[in-house]
Amino acid sequence: MTLAFDMILCLMIVGTAAAALLMRNALAAIVFFIVLGNLLGLAWLAMDAVNVAMAEIAIGAGVTGVLLILTRQRLMALGDDLVSAEMPGWLRTGALVACAGFAALIGSAVLSVAPADDLGGSIAALMPGLGIENPVTGVLLAFRAYDTLLEAFVLLGALVAVWSLAPRGAWPQRPAALALAENGGHGVAAAFGRLLLPLALVMAAYLVWAGSDLPGGAFQAGTVLAGGLIIAAIGGAVSWPRADDRYLRVALVLGPAVFLIIGLAGIAQGRFLFYPPGFEKALIVAIEYSLALSIGVTLALQVAGPPVAPDHEG
Amino acid sequence: MSPLDLLVAVPLALMIAALLLGTWVRWLLLTAIPVMAGLTVWLLLLPEGSAHVVGDWNLPLGVQLRADGVAQLMVGAMAACASIVGLYALHEFAPGPDRSETAHGYAFWPLFYLLWGGANAGFLSTDLFNLYIALEMVSLAAVAMAAMGSLRAALRYFVIALVGSLAYLLGVALLFANYATVDVTLLAEMARPDLATKTALAVMTAGLLIKAAVFPLHGWLPPAHAAAPAPASALLSAIVVKVGFVILLRLWFEAFPAIVAPAGLEVLGWLGALAVLYGSVQAIRQDSLKALVAYSTVAQIGYLLLAFPLVATAAGSGGAWAGMTIHAIAHMLAKAAMFLAAGLMLKAVNGHRLKDLHGLARAMPLTVAAFGLAAVSLMGLPPSAGFIAKFLLLEAAVEQGAVFAAAVLIVGGLMAAVYLFNPLAWTFAGSDTPVVEATAPLRTAAPLALALLAVSLGFAGQAMVDVAASATSARLPAAVAVDVR
Amino acid sequence: MTVLLHLYPLTGVALVGLGFYGFLILRHPLRQILAVNVVGAGIFLVLGGLGRGAASTDPFPQALVITGIVVAVALTAFGAALILRVAEDERAPDDKAAAKTTDDHT
Repeated sequence: MTLAFDMILCLMIVGTAAAALLMRNALAAIVFFIVLGNLLGLAWLAMDAVNVAMAEIAIGAGVTGVLLILTRQRLMALGDDLVSAEMPGWLRTGALVACAGFAALIGSAVLSVAPADDLGGSIAALMPGLGIENPVTGVLLAFRAYDTLLEAFVLLGALVAVWSLAPRGAWPQRPAALALAENGGHGVAAAFGRLLLPLALVMAAYLVWAGSDLPGGAFQAGTVLAGGLIIAAIGGAVSWPRADDRYLRVALVLGPAVFLIIGLAGIAQGRFLFYPPGFEKALIVAIEYSLALSIGVTLALQVAGPPVAPDHEG
Repeated sequence: MSPLDLLVAVPLALMIAALLLGTWVRWLLLTAIPVMAGLTVWLLLLPEGSAHVVGDWNLPLGVQLRADGVAQLMVGAMAACASIVGLYALHEFAPGPDRSETAHGYAFWPLFYLLWGGANAGFLSTDLFNLYIALEMVSLAAVAMAAMGSLRAALRYFVIALVGSLAYLLGVALLFANYATVDVTLLAEMARPDLATKTALAVMTAGLLIKAAVFPLHGWLPPAHAAAPAPASALLSAIVVKVGFVILLRLWFEAFPAIVAPAGLEVLGWLGALAVLYGSVQAIRQDSLKALVAYSTVAQIGYLLLAFPLVATAAGSGGAWAGMTIHAIAHMLAKAAMFLAAGLMLKAVNGHRLKDLHGLARAMPLTVAAFGLAAVSLMGLPPSAGFIAKFLLLEAAVEQGAVFAAAVLIVGGLMAAVYLFNPLAWTFAGSDTPVVEATAPLRTAAPLALALLAVSLGFAGQAMVDVAASATSARLPAAVAVDVR
Repeated sequence: MTVLLHLYPLTGVALVGLGFYGFLILRHPLRQILAVNVVGAGIFLVLGGLGRGAASTDPFPQALVITGIVVAVALTAFGAALILRVAEDERAPDDKAAAKTTDDHT
């Protein structure tokens, strides 16, 4: 990558972000936000952070983008046109000055720190012991497995929190359907969805496997799976399960549960989240597969929203 | 084996179990209480400063868990609060008629265990990024619980809390870039008074002040805490705000005591003083009981910040440190008791105003007694834990000639007496006995137990001071005193 | 030279500033959540961009950024659901009255 490319990319990122924030039209703003996510993905690629690039494009742009578009659509249906009340000019100017000053402060703090790859060496030294090649997976699933474990519970907790918002009489029904057409799963969209879902499954499985050695991993794979589920739901090829569906609940907790059980089993060997020598890769891959499944289902249901009363559906 | 990781892992395992159990979910608590109580006792028995990394990965790569005095006291008070509030909630978050699941009855329990695990993670970890995730676990559960009362207040809380988290995360990013570690104990050895560190400390503090609802960033708290169902209010006011506070302690007194400017400590002290005065005035002005109790939280959080300059100056004695820590747990127990008692009283009279409590002391003597005992601790009257805390803080303030802080401590106590006496006076008003539905014995016992604990812990004052202050010698190097003077 | 090394982190700082400005001036909660996501993306650029060595980016901050992205989407999903429920509540006066009485009871 050349310097000119980097500079143009950064200018585009800042410009797109400004558009995502300042466009009056909410839909246009969301579209610019999605473009921003993809440009940020390019930025991460330019920084040789392929794992982050995949996560940013899939989650930051993809899932978040779908979520925002869907929420906007549902708000419009409720008669909320997403127009922000205009602030008085002097308040806007005040906010602008304050934020510019804040950014200047943070910017000078950033400039005072020299970029450095400080932990890369010690991570590289420890990687052979894990039997996997991708150092980011190593950090996520070994050195900082505790962070990742807690994060898996944040994701699960967020779905429970979404569910807790179910209106009166809606529990334990299904979330509102995403289907574009009410033809009950015929037509092009449905066929596309039916075709895409198995493809998404295969690709997710590949991403987990590749993630041990190449860029990829449970989060990227889970997002691909979620994407497949959401597209299939939009096409009407799958319908959301009821919130009290047994299989659903097992699928949701599988990843966090496997992670936690392996972590607790480590106590017998020495410490919480300790992987016995020789089994590191096997345990990491087991955690990643189960996590990917749970993350996929959890993200898809988060996008779907809380259950609704049957007569509201559609 | 160590309780440091089990205190987080067990609540998370319970969260999974809760998600799978369906209509039986609430009875899981009967397993949770003895197990968590056992782990907490184990933690309290650990030698001071026990610590280990998670897995096999040493610092700076790994995450360190540690039992210092603050963590021991906070985890202990958390276990007491969560157990008793949980017992109270058994009735509130139950299956619907004909044993069907309800959204709140089902979702409350996983969120409850997420909150418990997240708070313990926040008290026990020394890694600032790990603490970010713990903070999010707690905030997520807290907002969802607040939404069970008022969606609007919860949305406001959510948006503000999001900004607080990001401010904190921005500081973590700067610190990581500057030191290649975000472990508090390592940062303490490397701390440099450079621009990046100071900026990081400032933005993280601002984020945490939002999370801890410190004046003037408290606006989200009263509506959210006042509208939530009683057990949720109790957890929000008692526990959630304390997680942000403990992380503030880690930053100011552990990672960067050598570089914090006295002026910074003074600003925090002033914010604390303003919080005490403003929260108390607002509490006096409320005529809705739960709003009064919620504003009292704003005031009581103020004391924690008021103590910051006192703690930094009193490095040697540790009295101020112990006073601050004991105040945190005394407030946990007393405020949880007060919200539960308020919930019972308001349910009984089917109202929310102070005047609805008319004569209630004759109909619900035990519940009013619980409210009164909790008030004793919040006002700082002997022999309660609240008294020990305020006494230690006052002593430190007088020793240091901090006249203003001493005055705020005294005036705050008097104002607390005013706003807490008011609802109690209503419960004794008149001479007729209002007819109310009988409350289940367990629900009557819950606030009473918490309030009795808050009061009787005062008798264990010396033991608490020992636990809290033993950390001080290690925590506050003599350099602090030199720097501040 | 130093500015060029700092190109991506400084871009991140610009996103943080813009995002906070958007947060302050946009009064609709969905737009505010979008603004908060822009701030988050900026912070991730600071975290990752300052963790760059000669050859590649330090895997440690990369992992922290991935964790951060997942936490952000989880919170965004909950926030979006909450905004929708608030809007629904305002549309349905019956529900609102019912919700009010629950407030009073508890």
